Amino acid sequence: MTTTGPSRFSENDQQLTDATYDELREIAARYPQGRSGLLPMLHLVQSVEGKVTPEGIQACAEILDISPAEVSGVATFYTMYKRRPVGDYHVGVCTNTLCAVMGGDLIFERLKEHLEVGNDETTPDGKVSLEHIECNAACDFAPVMMVNWEFMDNQTPESAVRLVDDLRAGNEVHSTRGPRLCTWREAERVLAGFPDDRADEGPSAGPASLAGVQIARTMGWTAPSVEASTSRAESETSVATETSEERASDRAASSDQAEEGKS
Amino acid sequence: MTDMLTPVLTANWGTDRSWTLEAYEAQGGYAALPKALKMKQDDVITAVKDSGLRGRGGAGFPTGMKWSFIPQDNPNPKYLVVNADESEPGTCKDIPLMMASPHTLVEGVIISSYAIRANHAFIYVRGEVLHVVRRLQRAVQEAYAAGHLGKNIHGSGYDLDLVIHAGAGAYICGEETALLDSLEGRRGQPRLRPPFPAVAGLYASPTVINNVESIASVPSIIDKGADWFASMGTEKSKGYVIYSLSGHVKTPGQYEAPLGITLRELIDLGGGMRAGHELKFWTPGGSSTPLLTAEQLDMPLDYEAVGAAGSMLGTRALQIFDETTCVVRAVLRWTEFYKHESCGKCTPCREGTWWLVQVLTRLEKGQGSEEDLDVLLDQCENILGRSFCALGDGATSPISSSIQHFRDEYLAHLTHGGCPFDPAASTAFAQEGALA
Amino acid sequence: MTTTPEKTDVVTLTIDGIQVSVPKDTLVIRAAEQVGVQIPRFCDHPLLAPVGACRQCLVEIPDAGNGRGMPKPQASCTIPVAEGMVVNTQVTSPVADKAQQGQMEFLLINHPLDCPVCDKGGECPLQNQAMSNGRGESRFSATGGVKRTFPKPINISAQILLDRERCIVCQRCTRFASEIAGDPFIALVERGAQQQIGIADNAPFLSYFSGNTIQICPVGALTSADYRFRSRPFDLVSTPSIAEHDACGSAIRVDHRRGKVMRRLAGNDPEVNEEWITDKDRFGFHYARQADRLTHPLVRDTTSGELRPASWPEAFAVAARGLAAARTSGGVGVLTGGRLIAEDAYAYSKFARVVLGTNDIDFRARPHSAEEAAFLASEVVLRMPVTYADLEKASVVVLAGLEPEDEAGSIFLRLRKAVAAGTRVVAVAPYSSRGLRKLKGRLVATSAGDEREALAALAADADAALDAGAVILVGERLAAVPGALTAAVDLARTTGARLAWVPRRAGDRGAVETGCLPNLLPGGRPVADPTARVDAAAAWGVTSLPEQPGRDGDGIVAALNAGELTGLVVGGVALDDLPDPEAARQALAAAEFVVSLELRENEVTRAADVVFPVAPVSDKAGLFVTWEGRPRTFDAVFSNPGSLPDLRILSGIAEESGVPLGFRTVEEARRQMNEVGPWDGARAPAAAAPKIKQRRLARNKFWLATWKQMLDNGAMLDGDTALSATARPAVARVPHATYDVLAGATHVTLAGDRGEVTLPVEAADLPDDTVWVPANNDGNGVLADLASPGSAVTVKAVKA
Repeated sequence: MTTTGPSRFSENDQQLTDATYDELREIAARYPQGRSGLLPMLHLVQSVEGKVTPEGIQACAEILDISPAEVSGVATFYTMYKRRPVGDYHVGVCTNTLCAVMGGDLIFERLKEHLEVGNDETTPDGKVSLEHIECNAACDFAPVMMVNWEFMDNQTPESAVRLVDDLRAGNEVHSTRGPRLCTWREAERVLAGFPDDRADEGPSAGPASLAGVQIARTMGWTAPSVEASTSRAESETSVATETSEERASDRAASSDQAEEGKS
Repeated sequence: MTDMLTPVLTANWGTDRSWTLEAYEAQGGYAALPKALKMKQDDVITAVKDSGLRGRGGAGFPTGMKWSFIPQDNPNPKYLVVNADESEPGTCKDIPLMMASPHTLVEGVIISSYAIRANHAFIYVRGEVLHVVRRLQRAVQEAYAAGHLGKNIHGSGYDLDLVIHAGAGAYICGEETALLDSLEGRRGQPRLRPPFPAVAGLYASPTVINNVESIASVPSIIDKGADWFASMGTEKSKGYVIYSLSGHVKTPGQYEAPLGITLRELIDLGGGMRAGHELKFWTPGGSSTPLLTAEQLDMPLDYEAVGAAGSMLGTRALQIFDETTCVVRAVLRWTEFYKHESCGKCTPCREGTWWLVQVLTRLEKGQGSEEDLDVLLDQCENILGRSFCALGDGATSPISSSIQHFRDEYLAHLTHGGCPFDPAASTAFAQEGALA
Repeated sequence: MTTTPEKTDVVTLTIDGIQVSVPKDTLVIRAAEQVGVQIPRFCDHPLLAPVGACRQCLVEIPDAGNGRGMPKPQASCTIPVAEGMVVNTQVTSPVADKAQQGQMEFLLINHPLDCPVCDKGGECPLQNQAMSNGRGESRFSATGGVKRTFPKPINISAQILLDRERCIVCQRCTRFASEIAGDPFIALVERGAQQQIGIADNAPFLSYFSGNTIQICPVGALTSADYRFRSRPFDLVSTPSIAEHDACGSAIRVDHRRGKVMRRLAGNDPEVNEEWITDKDRFGFHYARQADRLTHPLVRDTTSGELRPASWPEAFAVAARGLAAARTSGGVGVLTGGRLIAEDAYAYSKFARVVLGTNDIDFRARPHSAEEAAFLASEVVLRMPVTYADLEKASVVVLAGLEPEDEAGSIFLRLRKAVAAGTRVVAVAPYSSRGLRKLKGRLVATSAGDEREALAALAADADAALDAGAVILVGERLAAVPGALTAAVDLARTTGARLAWVPRRAGDRGAVETGCLPNLLPGGRPVADPTARVDAAAAWGVTSLPEQPGRDGDGIVAALNAGELTGLVVGGVALDDLPDPEAARQALAAAEFVVSLELRENEVTRAADVVFPVAPVSDKAGLFVTWEGRPRTFDAVFSNPGSLPDLRILSGIAEESGVPLGFRTVEEARRQMNEVGPWDGARAPAAAAPKIKQRRLARNKFWLATWKQMLDNGAMLDGDTALSATARPAVARVPHATYDVLAGATHVTLAGDRGEVTLPVEAADLPDDTVWVPANNDGNGVLADLASPGSAVTVKAVKA
């Protein structure tokens, strides 16, 4: 019912112009080796075409002198690349465990019902694409939604419905700790490395981010002064250098060698 | 006696327009940079080694040692890559850091790159955080304009270019070699090691990959000294870190404290569990770290103690769940996450997570049998330590640990013929009255 | 004298309690094979870089060689051996055994149970290893598991189909495509459990080597349109053979059932083709069973003038009589083509000399020259200067008049391997072909016909830096450029580089060795050398051999047209391959008596007076000589009494002529060839530098460059529908400057002295005065329809 785009998608679909090709080349030129530009280049393709198209894949392949299959392999690996047209507003509801437990599941159900779309589908007016998403690193603001990858913190089913209604009505909407929302295509252009003018909008941080620092201020807690620390510093300053080195070689070639691990 | 909370990285997050160069410098930012540029590169590495700083991205590998693995006789260019792909469920510290104070990271990048003699650095930030990307882009622009980046930085003769690189949605890219492949414009699948990135990383050249918080900690170490840094924390887990408290506590948020604080202390700082509820289970460092229970409330949250308790400190992503939470539902959801994020390269992770989800789904619906629990544990055994990278290992953590702690709750699903929990009760917006 | 053992070269370790010493860098999985332990594996392949993806080959390593054990099971396909290492495989370690069974169980949960209808069933590594290293029962279905399914199958090319649900994403195919062939047109797409092999939209897996992926697929995920569902492995009989489509001598395995070839696979010959063959070698075998296959001799009826069936004895007699008459009335020439086994070529060579009394014989069914004949006699015959292995060790390989990807696939793959290890490639060629780009080669952009000058200039080319470690490979096409072969010889002499000649057809080198040339007798004996003639005559038991140097192919055609020759024996030649097809056609008509030995009906057989059906390679044993000079013998796949090799027919005619050749079978001919042996006297002198005529290009004209693409309209690809559908399309390539002038025209018409062709146009880095077209992907081919290579053509834009 809603998965295929209404006509306005195709009307809005632009061809990759010479200017786009120039920008694609510009992205590749940011890197010591051009292929490093492929991810941002695909973001740019999406910003122009509303999804990753075969022409976009061909363009990237041509510019980087790799095969379309290789580009296709990359374009299908990452979840932010879409093969169906995305609406003006990509609404993501975190349903990873913590957000789900804190209400994300109910929000997602409510939105599906309200918008009459399923996961990864777009409303017939082409305004809102709904998707359940994985952890977006804002667990202290759970349950969290993302609109065009801007944070919409501490949502409820009711606030979520208001939010999508505002989006569909064309009302100006702000991220709860960020700027005015731009369209999905505009967002993709920023991700391609072409900044817009909204970096200075929004606060420094949301309330949860400041929870600890505010308690510290109230309590007068700080990191130790340099003077205080020198008296406490002990002679064995370096952390078990040798044993760690051994461990490193021990685990050479073992599969969990993620030194920095997951983050 | 060190204070309970020690804001360093978070100290300026609340200040007006903290993301700007102006605000950052007003708070003493970019003071460490000229200091570092006057030092010999190896002395910077030594300072970081002496500080005891260990990687903040999860594995806790000593940062200075990692830097010293870079073979300086290798003729290839050296690279610094910042892992800002923060995606581990529960982990939410790097994103607010980069949003509120991107210059802390940029200054850290410059000093760290200088130390390892890299002239090219990258911040690989996950793509799903648009405003963070904006703030990083702006910070880099400002740093270039101020002469902190570019050619001959402040007359030191040192050149550095820094590129902000947005990912495109793949948890696996937090794995450092997958991140490198991704940064090279490929599918983010982990690489064989050896060769290690220190020898053949980005473009097969010597590369250091560090977590955001690790690199952001570097300016404070240079500015205030290794001893100052090492004066905080416990014997083998030095310094301050950000603890991220989320879930069923009154005040979730970021709490910066010396390593070794306990969960009880953090929950108390966060105003306690939400009213009328008690702690059921928690993750010390994201969903890939085995679940713990109230038994470990007083355990120091450092690498050693958490490891000794059978889990991992990980990213100090403390996801707190109270008794309204169904552990089977929680574990199923995490498992679905690992299935979704499995890169597909190796058999146990690709096929194993596919199967685990099916078994857990049935159990959650009360449809399996008790033997299914043993099959689950055996599957976990065939994945853990058999998969190509740590993602597969991580997928088994919630399952094995939850069956260990909550076997009866799994069985209750079977006897109840479905989940005995009310999902509404666990929500943040649950009415007090509805909880009874 | 004592030698210190080189500690770095050999490593000793213990596997399942057995000590074994292996070269350093050996992977544990292969070291285990040395002690007789087969560790199960899927992604591992000895010719592909390790990936450690399938995790099937996990072993326990209680001591990594440093006294410490590895805490977890390790993939033995990625771990190199270490001195003192202790490895316990599934044979001795319960941990390794359980780990392997666990992986096998995972691999099978999503694998369909369609083995009974799967092409791979019965020869499937997954099936076999599931039996040897898997669990009996599936816990997946016991826990209510639901398998992943895909709509099936996908055509990833016209030839290759992919059944995704069978795929275990071991990446052997994608690694082959990118590492070996350099054609990364298949790639991993999607992620996680949905990860699969895929192509991009409208970009099929068009690789000349694509069939190898089917063969190395450890499951039945990749199949060919050609063979899919055609038979079961256990119904097939396998016979090793040598591929007949080029001069590479690739080992193949022919699988057949009830007298019919069902499929062909790559043989494993590390010294030649390793484990790879071209798609032409794999799929190109239907030509032998086309409807126009000749089945019995034909003679031209004296009254009706039509060809009519005849018995073998009658045909022998008619042929002998007619040739004798033609010999008397003027003489008989022999054109043999390049696809003969060496024994057949030898028979033609001897037949010409002792039965027809002439040296008018030439195998070169393509543009050729006297300079080339002299070059072959002085520089090529009896020599083996360069082998495949030498290519890998070469500092630089110069390609001149040779496009290995199209004309010698195994050379191309070996060069890819060499380049990966540091060998440089320099091509004297008109433009940077796709093959050259895949070899990361440097183009010495050369106008068609200027190869002589380009080669001469390489001697002083500091970038090319030719030295004793260099190899120069010259293709047969260089014969069409006066002075080019001589320049190549000079270049080799002045730089110390080794020189090898790479012909295009399987029988070419054997024909040189057996004397199917006007200036050479068998074994490299120069016709012009009286002692060599005496030697050959003695070996053959005749009093003398013709002294007069023979006519070459062009000379034979010209002499027939001039009435100087009146008879012709043709053994497997397509007229449109000859330097001047129209002249050849006239010669055929002018000849009073023509004997044709052919597999299938063609315009030669239709014009002939006697036609003999000959056996295809599958019906006879034989010998091909590779471009290196390496003999490659093979046995008959089928025993088919009615299918006779050329040599048997020639011996029949000879017997009727009263001059028996002394052999009737391949074995007898080979024995006689060995008795005749190689010439140990003086080699033929080097070719005299030919007179170079200055050439001038008229305004608005271009020199024509061309070569045959691997997959073209050649008769030996007839019937291979799926294979032909993967051919590169015919396009004309023009210089960028010219392309710009065409102002958007999609096609061009090229006009030469033999006609016009219209093709789609593409720009390439050609010299401004040269255009390129494929030699035989359009119409009757360039020689018949357009002009001869190196001549001038015009180019005209055609608006679509």
